[in-house]
Amino acid sequence: MAEVLLEVNHLRTEFKKRKGKVTAIDDVSFHIDKGEIVGLVGESGCGKSVTSLSIMRLLRDTPGEITNGTVLLGGKNLLELSDKEMHAFQGKQMAMIFQEPMTSLNPVMRVKEQIVEAIRLHLDMDQAQALKHTEKMLTQVGIPDVQQVMNSYPHQLSGGMSQRVMIAMAMSCYPELLIADEPTTALDVTIQAQILDLMRELNQKNGMSILLITHDLGVVAEMCSRVIVMYAGRIVEQADVETLFAHPRNPYTQGLLASLPRLGQHVDMLPSIPGTVPDLANMPAGCKFAPRCKYAMDICTKEEPKLVDMEKPGCKCRCWLVEQQMKEEGKA
Amino acid sequence: MSEEKGALTVPQEEQALAPRQSRVKAFFIKFLGRKTAVVAACFIILLVIIAFLAPVLQPFDPATPDYDAILSPPNAKHLFGTDEYGRDILSRLLAGSRLSLSVSLSSVTLGAGLGAVLGILAGYYGGWLDSLIMRTADVLLAFPDILLAIAIVAVIGPGLSNVIIAVAVFSIPSFARIMRSSTLTVKQSLYVEAARSIGATNRSIMWKHIFPGTVASIIVNFTMRIGTAILAAASLSFLGFGAKPTEPDWGAMLSTGRNYLGVAPHIVYFSGGIIFLTVLAFNLLGDGLRDTLDPKIQ
Amino acid sequence: MSEPLVVVKDLVKTFVSSKGLLSPKRYVHAVTDVSFTIHPKETFALVGESGCGKSTTGRLVTRLLHPDAGQVIFDGTDITNYTVNQMRPLRSNMQMVFQDPYGSLNPRIKIEDLVAEPLKIHTNLSAEERRKVVYELLEVVGLRTEHADRYPHEFSGGQRQRIGIARALSVRPKLIVADEPVSALDVSIQAQVLNLLKELQQKYELTYLFISHDLSVVEMIADKIGVMYLGKLVESAPKEELYSNPLHPYTKALLSAVPIPDPTHKRNRIILKGDLPSPVYPPSGCMFHTRCPNCTEQCKVEKPALREVSKDHFVACPYV
Repeated sequence: MAEVLLEVNHLRTEFKKRKGKVTAIDDVSFHIDKGEIVGLVGESGCGKSVTSLSIMRLLRDTPGEITNGTVLLGGKNLLELSDKEMHAFQGKQMAMIFQEPMTSLNPVMRVKEQIVEAIRLHLDMDQAQALKHTEKMLTQVGIPDVQQVMNSYPHQLSGGMSQRVMIAMAMSCYPELLIADEPTTALDVTIQAQILDLMRELNQKNGMSILLITHDLGVVAEMCSRVIVMYAGRIVEQADVETLFAHPRNPYTQGLLASLPRLGQHVDMLPSIPGTVPDLANMPAGCKFAPRCKYAMDICTKEEPKLVDMEKPGCKCRCWLVEQQMKEEGKA
Repeated sequence: MSEEKGALTVPQEEQALAPRQSRVKAFFIKFLGRKTAVVAACFIILLVIIAFLAPVLQPFDPATPDYDAILSPPNAKHLFGTDEYGRDILSRLLAGSRLSLSVSLSSVTLGAGLGAVLGILAGYYGGWLDSLIMRTADVLLAFPDILLAIAIVAVIGPGLSNVIIAVAVFSIPSFARIMRSSTLTVKQSLYVEAARSIGATNRSIMWKHIFPGTVASIIVNFTMRIGTAILAAASLSFLGFGAKPTEPDWGAMLSTGRNYLGVAPHIVYFSGGIIFLTVLAFNLLGDGLRDTLDPKIQ
Repeated sequence: MSEPLVVVKDLVKTFVSSKGLLSPKRYVHAVTDVSFTIHPKETFALVGESGCGKSTTGRLVTRLLHPDAGQVIFDGTDITNYTVNQMRPLRSNMQMVFQDPYGSLNPRIKIEDLVAEPLKIHTNLSAEERRKVVYELLEVVGLRTEHADRYPHEFSGGQRQRIGIARALSVRPKLIVADEPVSALDVSIQAQVLNLLKELQQKYELTYLFISHDLSVVEMIADKIGVMYLGKLVESAPKEELYSNPLHPYTKALLSAVPIPDPTHKRNRIILKGDLPSPVYPPSGCMFHTRCPNCTEQCKVEKPALREVSKDHFVACPYV
C-alpha cells in the first residue's frame, strides 16, 4: 500500500456574496498517494479551482472562506497552521502552477531573479548557490538556452517557455506535491504535448505527486492513475483511470465522456448533456445533476446522495441510481 | 423562411435562465452601497427641488432692498443676514440656485454633446480627422480653464448666455478626449467586428454599438464637470463678466461680499459655503457613479 | 461537380507593426500564398495552432480585411478589391460566428434587436415581420421566444453562441465563417453547439468555413481540411484521407499530439522540438524546417510548393 501524502476530508468553501453566502464546494474528500498523479476534472464552475486554492490556502484575497473539513499534508492539518507556518509549506512542501504562466510571473523582474528569490525563501542558500540551482532547474525542465532565458523578462518568453519557467520555479524546492491548475489549457497542442511529457518525467524521476486540474479528459487519460470528477462543487465520481473511462458509473461522467469528440470516431451527432451547469446561488435541492439527468428519480430532486464506495476498491460514486443498483445486486 | 418551420431533432436544451434582475435595479443596489455618493445625490436632489420652489420658499423678494437692515448679521428675521443693500441673503441664495444650476447644466450639456460627437468621430475614423480634432483639443486644454473662459467672454462680451457658451467651450476638450479613448476601446471589441461582418453602416456602428458603451464615462465626467462649471460661472460672475449685480448669483454675491469681509463676513461665508457644498456634492456623486458604473468594481 | 462557392487564390496578408517613430517597421507575415476552394453545402475546416493565420484567412474571405495579394472569388464574383460599400449588400450571403460568445454580442442590446439587426440592414421587412422571423430563429437554435427581450449577460456561453448562430442565420446566408465557435465552451455544451451547426447545415444547405485548433472537433464537422502552419497551407485533403493518411510531418505531429480520452490507447507521439517561430521573422525555406524531424539541407533554402499527391490531397513537402 502506497503512503498517503495528501488527505482532504469534507472540505467546504463558501463565498460571501451581497446576499448571504454561496457554497462553492462541499463535502470534498479525496487523497493523493506519494508519487501519484491524480486528475481533478470537471467543467467550468464545478469548483475544481476553488478546491486547489483551498488546499493551498490561497483564498485570502477572495471573498471565499473554508468553513469545514481538514487538509492533511504528511499528517499535518494545513488549515490549522498559522500564516507563517503556511508560508513555509507553500513552495517547499507543495507548489502550484497556473493556467496563465504569463500572468503568474512578475513582468518587471528577470526570470533568474524570480526563481532565486523563491529558492532563497525556502532553502538555505546564498546568492551564488541559488543562481547555480536555478540554472540546474531550468536545464532540468528542458530549456535549451538557459543563460538567455535566465536573463529574460517574462514577456520575452513564449507561452510554452514561460510555463516551463513556472514549472522550474515550482520544482526548485523539490516539493512533494505539485498542484497544476489547467497547466496546458492556454498552450497549443504540440506545446501541450511537450509540457505534459515534462511533467510525467518529473513525476517519474523525483517521485513528486501531482494534482492535475483540467477540463480535458484526453489529458487525464494520458497522465493520471486516478481521476476525481467534480460537478457543481461536489465530487460525483472517483475511480482509477481505466475503470472511469471504461465503466463510468455516474450519469454525469457517462454523459461527459459520450459528448467528447474523439479522433477516429466518425460520428454524425454527438450525444450531449441537455441544459447547463446550475448557478451557485440557485442550486437544486437534491442531487445537483438531477435537472439534467435522464435517469432522475423522485428521490434525486429531494435528497442529495452521498459519495459511497463501489465494489471495486478506491472507486466511489455519488448517485442514488448507482446506490440502488448496488443494493439490488447485493440482494441477488 | 416559414416553409422550413418545424422543430429540429436537436432537443430544446439550455433553457433555464437565472431569475431576472433588471440593470436599473442592479445599478441602484450597487449605488446605494456607496454612502457618500448617496448623501451627495440627496443634497443635489434637494438643491434641484429648492431651485424649482425658490419663488415659494424665499421669505423675501431677493431683489428688493431694505435700507433699514443693511449688512445685518444673521438674526430671527433674516436667518442668513442681509447684504449691503439690505437684501435677504437666504432669499438670494435660494433664487441664485436657479441661476447657478441652469447655467452649469446647460453649459455642460452643450459641451458634452459637442465633445462627445467630436470624440467619437475622432476615435472611429482616426487619421487626419483624429489629429485635427485632438490637437485642437490639446491646445484648448493647455489653457487654464478659467483663463480660457475669460478670454472667450472677453471676445464675445459679458452676459449670462455668453458665460454659458464660454463654459461649454472649455468643457468640450475633456469630453472629446474621454469619448475618443472610450471609442478606441469599444472599437476593438469583438461585437463591433461582428456588426461590421453583418454589414452594418459606419453610422449605425458608431451610434448603436459604440456610443452606448461610452455613456458611463460621459455620465461620470458630466457630474464632475458640473462642479467645475458652477465654479467657473461663479468665478466669471465674481470677476464681473457674468450675471448683472442685481441678479442673485452665487459668484456675484461672493464677489461683492468680499468688500465687506471685515464688517459682514456672513455674506462670504454663506455664499462661499453653498458653492463649496454644491461643487463637493457633484464631485462625490461623480466618484460614486464612476465606481458604480465600473463593472470591475463590485 | 457544382460550381465552387468560394475560391481563394494565393492569398497574402502582411500586417505592419512599428513600435515607435524611430524603430524600423516590422512586418508580420500572417498569411502567405494560401489557396483553397469550397463547394456549396460543404464544410471546409482550417486547422492550426495559434498564430498560424487561420483567423486572418477567415477575415480575408469575408473581406473584413483587405488582402495584399491574391484573389477571393465568392459565388462567381471576384470580390478581392470590393470596397466596404460594395461588400455591404453581399454580406447577407456571408455571415460570421465568432469564438468568444461573451465578446461578440453587444451587451447593451436586447437579443431580439441583435438577431434582427442583419434583417434590418439587408431586407425591407417591417418590424412585425422581423419579430416573427426572430421568434422562429430562436426556436430553431433551441431557445425560447421569451428570451427575445433579454440582454446577452443573462445567458450562458452556450446559449450566447446559439444567439450568435441565430443572428448569422437570419438573412439566410450561403456561407458561414465560423471562427473557433466552440473552443470557449465546456465539453458538454460544445457537443450541443456542434450538433446544432450540423443540423442547420442540412436544413438550410449552408456552406461552412470552419476555423479551429481542435482536430477532434474538426473531424466531426468537416468534409475537407486544410492544415496551416505559420501562415502557409501545408496540407489539405478530404477528411477521411487526412486522418487516415496524413503526409506532412507537421500534420502527423499535430495529430499525434491530440490527447486521446482513452487510457488504454497506446501512442507513438511525435514530440516537436522548440517553439513556433515568430511570424515577424519566418524561417527561410520551408516554414516548418526548424521543428521538423526529417529536415534536410534543401528544406532550409527551398520553399516547397503545394502539390497534389493523390486526388484532392495536397501537400507542401517534397519528401512525401
